[in-house]
Amino acid sequence: MRERSGADGGAADPGAAGPGRALPRGPVLVRKLVLAALGLLLLVTSGISFSRHRHRQEPVVLSPGVSAVRKLSDWFEGVRGTVNDCNVYVLEGEQPGATMLVIGGTHPEEPAGRLAAWILAENAVMEAGRLIVVLSANRSATTVTRVGGAYPPDFTIPTDWGEKTFRMGDRWANPLDQWPDPEVYIHHPSGQYLAWVDIRNLNRAWPGRSNGTLTERTTWAFMELIRREGVDLFIDLHEAELQYPVISTIVSHDSGEELAAFVSMMLSDTEFKIGMEYSPPTLHGLSHREVGDHSGAVSLLFEAPEPFLDATRGRTTREQLLTGKDEFVVKAGKAGLLFETMDENGWPIDVRVGRHTSTILMTMESWTELNPDRPLRCAGVPRYGDVIDRGVGHWLHDPASAPPARVVVE
Amino acid sequence: MVLLQSIVSLLYYVLVAFVAVLLAWNFFRSRKWEEEILYVIVLIPFLLRLLRLK
Repeated sequence: MRERSGADGGAADPGAAGPGRALPRGPVLVRKLVLAALGLLLLVTSGISFSRHRHRQEPVVLSPGVSAVRKLSDWFEGVRGTVNDCNVYVLEGEQPGATMLVIGGTHPEEPAGRLAAWILAENAVMEAGRLIVVLSANRSATTVTRVGGAYPPDFTIPTDWGEKTFRMGDRWANPLDQWPDPEVYIHHPSGQYLAWVDIRNLNRAWPGRSNGTLTERTTWAFMELIRREGVDLFIDLHEAELQYPVISTIVSHDSGEELAAFVSMMLSDTEFKIGMEYSPPTLHGLSHREVGDHSGAVSLLFEAPEPFLDATRGRTTREQLLTGKDEFVVKAGKAGLLFETMDENGWPIDVRVGRHTSTILMTMESWTELNPDRPLRCAGVPRYGDVIDRGVGHWLHDPASAPPARVVVE
Repeated sequence: MVLLQSIVSLLYYVLVAFVAVLLAWNFFRSRKWEEEILYVIVLIPFLLRLLRLK
């Protein structure tokens, strides 16, 4: 076989196959086989890791107060059978009252929102009114982490009976479920131009549409739930980076200003400082704007501080996610770049979850004070101080010791 | 809109498969070990997408 020169003019490897030549032989064939085997090994190991993340089962031990577990598709067939056909936990109160919907997991990279909702589903008992809880509002986004972000695929919370592991997620739905993205995302129905990637962001897709993308159909399904169940009060749980000005606050639709101001004032006086912000009327796609505009529900969005999300953070690890400690974010604070305080104590997950549970409880109490004919009263849910004292894990129950009929999977 | 997106999505998968075949073919034909390593590494995300793993 005549040897060809390499493209760089150097001598070709003996036994190599040039263009149009037969199979490589000898040492070149061995080299190719070894490299292919190594590539296959990398493919299999990474594939197993990604598959485990995507299909990890998260058990939920139902609170005695949960009267039914339904699927989101019960309100809109367009999401039936999709990854976003999430569980909807219904807690009927002993006495009549208002209906409140709390959703966690809009952005699954903000775990305090999911965990606070989890505590509701596993512990809350409604004494008056009805509570509807969702733990994985954008379930697709719980099955992927940010590309290039080196996020951990999961995180583990210590409990009284062992450890409980949760999927770590992303801000956007998994591209495996909705892809490709457009050059520009044109929000429906406002026509506002938004960032291309936000077409997979649940909190840029409200109020959705019945014939839209998976994300739009998901928000449409939630809007159907809100309208058909007569939801009076809607709460969307989030976390934010400390370099983002909308942090440690309640963002309120016009219809909820009085309630949000009342909750902010009461919490700041008794438990922790929390602000109140108005939902911008011309910024579209967000739940605090669109739910209020397109239904009769008062819509609120809660933000807790999460240093894990800050662009100036150090190593992106499970420990950093749960302790909220980061020396680089502390340094950013000293440089005056943050909108929230940050020191070596960080923002532990217990503090962040406790802020959410207390804000939910205070919202129920304030709602009841403002609407005594439609009360919301809840037992079994820990407040801020309780969560910090005993840890989030204390309110997560052991699925192995619960009756099988009272355990569902997220 | 959903139909259009499904069609575009399908076309993208065809494109990914086509590029994956090209990469594999170039890996097979290359005579430089540096290029061969590069083709193997670049090929992996294409295969992960085709297998709907990432």
